[in-house]
Amino acid sequence: MANVVDTLLQGTLLGGRYALMALGLSLAFGIMRLVNVAHGDFIILAAYLALVTVNALDLHPLAALLIVVPVMAALGYAVQRGLLNRAVGRDIMPALLITFGLSVIIQNGLLEIFSADSRRLQAGALSSIGLLLGESISIGWFPLMTLVIAALVIAGLEQLFRHSRLGRAFRAVSDDPEIVQLMGYDPRHVYALAMAVSFGTVGIAGTLFGIGTIFDPALGPPQLLFAFEAVIIGGLGSLWGTLAGSMVLGIAQAVGFRVDPGWGILFGHAAFLMILAVRPQGLFPRTRDA
Amino acid sequence: MSLLLETRGLTAFYGDFQALYGIDFEVEVGEVVAIIGANGAGKSTFLRSLVGLVRPVGGGIRFDGDTIDHVPAPVIARRGLALVPEGRRLFPSLNVEENLMIGADRASAGPWTLSAVYDLFPILRERRMAPATALSGGQQQMVAIGRALMGNPRLLLCDELSLGLAPIVVKDIYAIFPHIRAAGAAIVLVEQDIGQALLAAERVYCFQEGRVSLSGRAAELSRERISQAYFGLH
Repeated sequence: MANVVDTLLQGTLLGGRYALMALGLSLAFGIMRLVNVAHGDFIILAAYLALVTVNALDLHPLAALLIVVPVMAALGYAVQRGLLNRAVGRDIMPALLITFGLSVIIQNGLLEIFSADSRRLQAGALSSIGLLLGESISIGWFPLMTLVIAALVIAGLEQLFRHSRLGRAFRAVSDDPEIVQLMGYDPRHVYALAMAVSFGTVGIAGTLFGIGTIFDPALGPPQLLFAFEAVIIGGLGSLWGTLAGSMVLGIAQAVGFRVDPGWGILFGHAAFLMILAVRPQGLFPRTRDA
Repeated sequence: MSLLLETRGLTAFYGDFQALYGIDFEVEVGEVVAIIGANGAGKSTFLRSLVGLVRPVGGGIRFDGDTIDHVPAPVIARRGLALVPEGRRLFPSLNVEENLMIGADRASAGPWTLSAVYDLFPILRERRMAPATALSGGQQQMVAIGRALMGNPRLLLCDELSLGLAPIVVKDIYAIFPHIRAAGAAIVLVEQDIGQALLAAERVYCFQEGRVSLSGRAAELSRERISQAYFGLH
């Protein structure tokens, strides 16, 4: 019994990490119908950015968020405005190709600058202390904190989407980028702001990823895959759905790890394929999309 | 009266086809002007080029004293030229109130506020939290007009308001034009329904195959001349 509870708990916590990584992808797809193949690489880039910030300013990694998040957001605005806006709206292929190119550039750029050595953001006691629940179950403070941050970020984004002028513009431009111009909005600017928000979450995801585990320049693509699976399982365009999808993925992996340490990732993929077969629209697709 | 909008020799394409062959057109401050014409006469392309959604290839557009034929659509909208697009084009992800609010986001203040629009269309106040696409066709048209008014335009362009609506609903919608005028906006109505257009407008332009085939004061044009200009019968 304790084993079952422990597995579910660990899986849920793992889901928090995936949720944070998947949010930006979910946002970009929800608003621009754009799949950012370089998403995982930008997460790793953010982790390195945090590393540089921590080393240069002698900060705690969590304090580095104050720099990493705005810098990533600005980068997101620039990438969208300068590059991806040219590919939005026609078919999905040009954006895939552009971001695939970015992925290659980022991986090799990081390799060139930082070498292939594994790095980690040192967060002191935060990464090692745990919370004992009952006799045989303990959870790490840091994974718990990651999950809480993921939930807070989603709640904040939902608030932004539902109740702010900017969120209204995001939803409107997603519905009809032509008519939104008649309201005085330039879709290119709105898209770029949406990508800035997406990259802001990438900044958080990358920094926490770097605290939670060791990283190297080649780790982007697997993160993209997990994020992508979480988004699809949860249903496109729904942020809480993305959180649920991340939980499903995390729990499936935790169950797999329990069966055999080599099977964790495989169980995650299997869960993804099963849901894709049974419920291709995902668990909580956005229903108001006409 | 002073000139609010003026086009000279306006030429534009609809996709690969030339839709407009040199349109000369004027609207004075506070005036109601109708454009009538058959399907494919170039009416919608004309309105779309006025607001910047179609880039004209020749001729000029002046609005409120400024040349706007190469100004981006969002900037034109902010200067007070609003379009109620054909087919309404409401934002399905936004509820009624949000659809109205977004019209005011980038606009200057003026007589049209949320409560003024709700006073004009009381039914929308009742349905303000409903998704825009859950409304009836007539109510959706009211939202589309209200959304355009929220930008406090100096000129309101309406593309085929009556399309697909019951005559009684069309009558209700046309009944609000005096209020819009009284608040200071000029109106251009594009219609296929000649009767409705002649009742509402002071002046009429008839488009035929991308050219102005007839223009004049609504009261002075005979039905016969209009059908001739409309259908090209001789």
